[in-house]
Amino acid sequence: MNDVKRPIPRSDEPDTAAFWEGTKQKEFRYQQCNSCNTVVFYSRRHCTGCTDGELQWKTSAGTGSVYTFSVVRQSYHPFFRNLVPYVVAWIDMDEGPRILSNVTGVAPEDVSVGQKVQVEWEEHETLNIPLFKPV
Amino acid sequence: MSSDRDAAIVGIHEYPSRDVEGEVSPLQIKAESAARALEDAGLNWSDVDAIYDAGDGGGMGGLNIAEYFGLKPNVIDTTNVGGSSYEFHAAHAKRDIAAGKAKVALLTYGSTAHSNARAIGVGGRGGPGMHPAENMDAFAGMTLIANYAMVARRHMHQYGTTSEQLAEISTATRYHAMRNPEAVKAMEDLEFLDIRETTISDVVNSRMIADPLHLLECCMISDGGGAVVIASPEVARDCRKPPVWILGGGEATKYPENGGDITTSAAAQSAPQAFGEAGVTPAEMDIAMVYDSFSITVLTLLEDLGFCKKGEGGSWVQGGKLRFDQSGGPALNTDGGGLSSNHPGMRGIFLLIEAARQLRGESTSQVADARLAVAHGNGGMLGSRHAAGTVILGRD
Ligand SMILES: [Zn+2]
Repeated sequence: MNDVKRPIPRSDEPDTAAFWEGTKQKEFRYQQCNSCNTVVFYSRRHCTGCTDGELQWKTSAGTGSVYTFSVVRQSYHPFFRNLVPYVVAWIDMDEGPRILSNVTGVAPEDVSVGQKVQVEWEEHETLNIPLFKPV
Repeated sequence: MSSDRDAAIVGIHEYPSRDVEGEVSPLQIKAESAARALEDAGLNWSDVDAIYDAGDGGGMGGLNIAEYFGLKPNVIDTTNVGGSSYEFHAAHAKRDIAAGKAKVALLTYGSTAHSNARAIGVGGRGGPGMHPAENMDAFAGMTLIANYAMVARRHMHQYGTTSEQLAEISTATRYHAMRNPEAVKAMEDLEFLDIRETTISDVVNSRMIADPLHLLECCMISDGGGAVVIASPEVARDCRKPPVWILGGGEATKYPENGGDITTSAAAQSAPQAFGEAGVTPAEMDIAMVYDSFSITVLTLLEDLGFCKKGEGGSWVQGGKLRFDQSGGPALNTDGGGLSSNHPGMRGIFLLIEAARQLRGESTSQVADARLAVAHGNGGMLGSRHAAGTVILGRD
């Protein structure tokens, strides 16, 4: 039971591989168009704001805020069932990207919409997972 | 713009059992429902020249379903947008029939989700797939319910919506379910603990599954299925039951966007198309068949459909006005909905079926002289990527 792991992202998924590559250095990478300034996240090869822009990789400072969240109290997933209650949240990074993650290191009752958070890397063999804790 | 008498629902069937105990397959449910719906219309297999299929029977639906039914259709539409597939199908059937491509369209659905014991709501997401979005989301362990709960949380934060207001959705649908013998049987077969009309306090005091959503704000997981037959005006004229006209349709999709507003759904885009084509307004609707996977789904969709302003849904639904015997709003999900009658995974077809029953005068919670209905399907997940299909229906 204890060796059931969190689902680990694939490193061979063509669009998001570069994001996960960055997590090895504990860098939260995102893209921005050098032509129209659109922030693209999740990462892609094309700009969603214009047809001729080039996307530049940038690194987030790792801080953001809770856009919304829920406390999961029931799960049948072999890993997450042992984690309940845990907080899933959409996090708005200060630079613009919105990412789905967990808020950890705090009681679920103490999580709130708008709360300032910062990335807290959960270490794994092949890459690191961006979780968040209150600032 | 198309005419509002292009095509009509002429045959319907809802597969009665919600627990087939593994003895009937989804394909068999589809075929049985199709035969009964054709019979309801006074038509036969040989009359069908268009098939709409979301692939729920398995095996590359569009390629195999005609063979299974024994048909040679001229139109094969395999749109699969989850639970909203059937609203897309109905709108496409109207379009295809108006274009002269077909005369009789068949929509079917079959699922054994309950028998398969699929924990749709709390199963967590599976391992990461090869779609980039999946590869970003899977590590977080967001259950289906948590996905919707995050919409509710944000709605509460932004507009002051309360759990008591959301509970109005659950109590109205249960009120209708208790008048529908098939819904009561469904709740018995699925071993609901306390089968009765519920109060606001019952709902908000039920077990929390994913904050802020309680057990009685979540749909059931059943087996089931059904079929809808849609025909041209010429065919409809000779059918056994009065036609239920498809007056307008709209479709849209929505997905997470950086800085986007999670409290507004794709319905905000699909509804104006549908109401515009039909030339009617939300206030004229006698019936609202609105996909009730969860309480928050309905609240959000009612706002986006235009029944009230964004953010005002909480106060708008208060006071029991969504019940079939109350005034001040449309009757909501008069079959009992996904919350209390039937949710095998993609319940969009039941929205069309119950709307047609109301406009024929056949509902177990019949609204007197019901003339107009909206059926709105939401496929995928409200809090992330989803599709919206809006269909406006009316009788002569
Ligand atoms: Zn650009």
